[in-house]
Amino acid sequence: MTLETSSAALDRDVAVVLLRDMLRIRRFEEKCAELYSAGKIRGFLHLYIGEEAVAVGAMRALTPYDAVVATYREHGHALARGIDAGRLMAEMYGKQEGCSRGRGGSMHVFDAAARFYGGNAIVGGGLPIAVGLALADAMTHRARVTACFFGDGAVAEGEFHESLNLAALWKLPVLFACENNLYAMGTRIDRALSQTDLAAKARAYGIPSATVDGMDVLAAAAATQVAAERIRAGSGPQFLEFRTYRFRAHSMFDAELYRDKAEVEEWKQRDPIHLCASRLEAEGVVDRAARAALDAEVEAEIAGAVAFAEAGTWEPVEHLTRDVYTRPL
Amino acid sequence: MSTTVAIQHVTYREALRQALRDALLRDPRVFLIGEDVGKYGGSYAVSKGLLAEFGPERIRDTPLSESTFVGAGIGAALGGMRPIVEVMTVNFCLLALDQIVNNAATIRHMSGGQFSIPLVIRMATGAGRQLAAQHAHSLEGWLAHIPGIRVVTPATVEDARGMLWTALEDPDPVLIFEPQTLYNMEGDLAESAGAVEIDRAAVRRMGASLTIVTYGATLHKALTAASTLAQEGIEAEVVDLRTLRPLDMTTIEASVRKTRRVVIADEGWRSGSLSAEIAARLGERLFYNLDAPIARVCTEEVPIPYPKHLEDAALPQADTIAAAARALLH
Repeated sequence: MTLETSSAALDRDVAVVLLRDMLRIRRFEEKCAELYSAGKIRGFLHLYIGEEAVAVGAMRALTPYDAVVATYREHGHALARGIDAGRLMAEMYGKQEGCSRGRGGSMHVFDAAARFYGGNAIVGGGLPIAVGLALADAMTHRARVTACFFGDGAVAEGEFHESLNLAALWKLPVLFACENNLYAMGTRIDRALSQTDLAAKARAYGIPSATVDGMDVLAAAAATQVAAERIRAGSGPQFLEFRTYRFRAHSMFDAELYRDKAEVEEWKQRDPIHLCASRLEAEGVVDRAARAALDAEVEAEIAGAVAFAEAGTWEPVEHLTRDVYTRPL
Repeated sequence: MSTTVAIQHVTYREALRQALRDALLRDPRVFLIGEDVGKYGGSYAVSKGLLAEFGPERIRDTPLSESTFVGAGIGAALGGMRPIVEVMTVNFCLLALDQIVNNAATIRHMSGGQFSIPLVIRMATGAGRQLAAQHAHSLEGWLAHIPGIRVVTPATVEDARGMLWTALEDPDPVLIFEPQTLYNMEGDLAESAGAVEIDRAAVRRMGASLTIVTYGATLHKALTAASTLAQEGIEAEVVDLRTLRPLDMTTIEASVRKTRRVVIADEGWRSGSLSAEIAARLGERLFYNLDAPIARVCTEEVPIPYPKHLEDAALPQADTIAAAARALLH
């Protein structure tokens, strides 16, 4: 029942795009942290830094017709899915030009055009919704994939087990993409789960599964490609465990008392951006000049996003009760 | 010239089944999903026969996983379907509150209006069948607290027949509460009966002495109380809320302005209840129109006990409603 994935090299142009997308996420979030300190962004802010290879690699295998359900740590997924950085940044500010019109903030990014269904801040809460989106596709014979991202923390929730069971029972076209960054907030996986081999849990439900190096964007892309093809071919749900690591704190309020700095430093040696960039440099795909151009392009995009958010407007207070119901009661 | 209206004598259960069948026939996007809705025929036999007629694609038996099949209903609604989720009883929906409260009620708002959830969730509610404290509570008032969802309670065969289709046409989540003591209730229904509106309360009996505001199974106790009171010369007007969110204060206020006295009979517990909300609104708006304090008859503050005499004593009854009415007039 093990899902066979290959790490065959992707074409060079694609690899450059993957590197660029990871850089976009990294720079976007570094800017978010800065803007948080400046008081421009409030509420909870969960940074994806260190985990970029997962979203970037996985999104590569999706088409615009597919759906994405993500977590509260979803800026990376949103950018990789093609949501405009300006609209995303405006959402962080709470401006009405934001992709959720400012009503959601960092944890609730939605975008109908991208078929991006949140931004779910209840751990595990997105899995049943992904199952339902896939059910709608199955019932209407649409060969689409619903990619559901969640963390190792969600694996302890009942909804994880219920959703894997139902998706497998009904052979629904769901890609369960588990981002195992080893910590559910501050609780290390071996302090939370009796079985830490997450792919084994999926196999127990009869779901083909694989464990993927989540720091290697090419591996993430290749594994997702295989899983997505199997789903489109009608093989039912597939499960990928991406082994990854969050370099930053859980949120902006986390003193990181629960892990050693040495552990963080060790993982940083496998920074997905450095891994990808150095490989591309070694293979002569991206030389220093090309990298500098890439950096400049990304910096310009982020600066543009901040300018867009700054120029954005506050929704009038008279609109407060909008969008509770489609037709106001 | 005369017109003949064909009338059928049906149970509340049969009216619900006709509504389900009608919806399944009218809209290919409609499907029924829940525990034992198919082969078993529904735990209250509401969906009996539908599996044979519509097949397992549209009558979907689920594992016991309330949170996930309710969430799957939300996802399917987002994906363009019109799911009807059956949760056996409101007590079990507590296992799915995350999906109902954190997702169904919020996604439209959190997404800035990009996504609506056209979802219907049906569930049985209420006491009266000696099912004790985990199968007999009336928690619909709790759910009516939540902005983003609609809550309705059919108390008649017409509403059992007609509320479902209107709920399915609503772009937002609608919860339908079916009082479990009403499934065997019989009534007359026009053969042509169809959709009914779900925004308004209904005056089920006219009267000038006082108003009894109620809903669900308690409506029938209130009507019994009104008959008793009529023999004593007290004419009670009985208002069936029908919709718990939004509350139709226009109809309630019009009645209370006329009668100047009100008893609110609510199968929920008194503390923090729907009856408290209605009383507060009437106090805010009609304080100077009232000739007596607002009275309430609610369930005693106890988990529903198993023995019949204690269960009966815990719930609003026709005699306790009538006693509360008399107390306002003497």
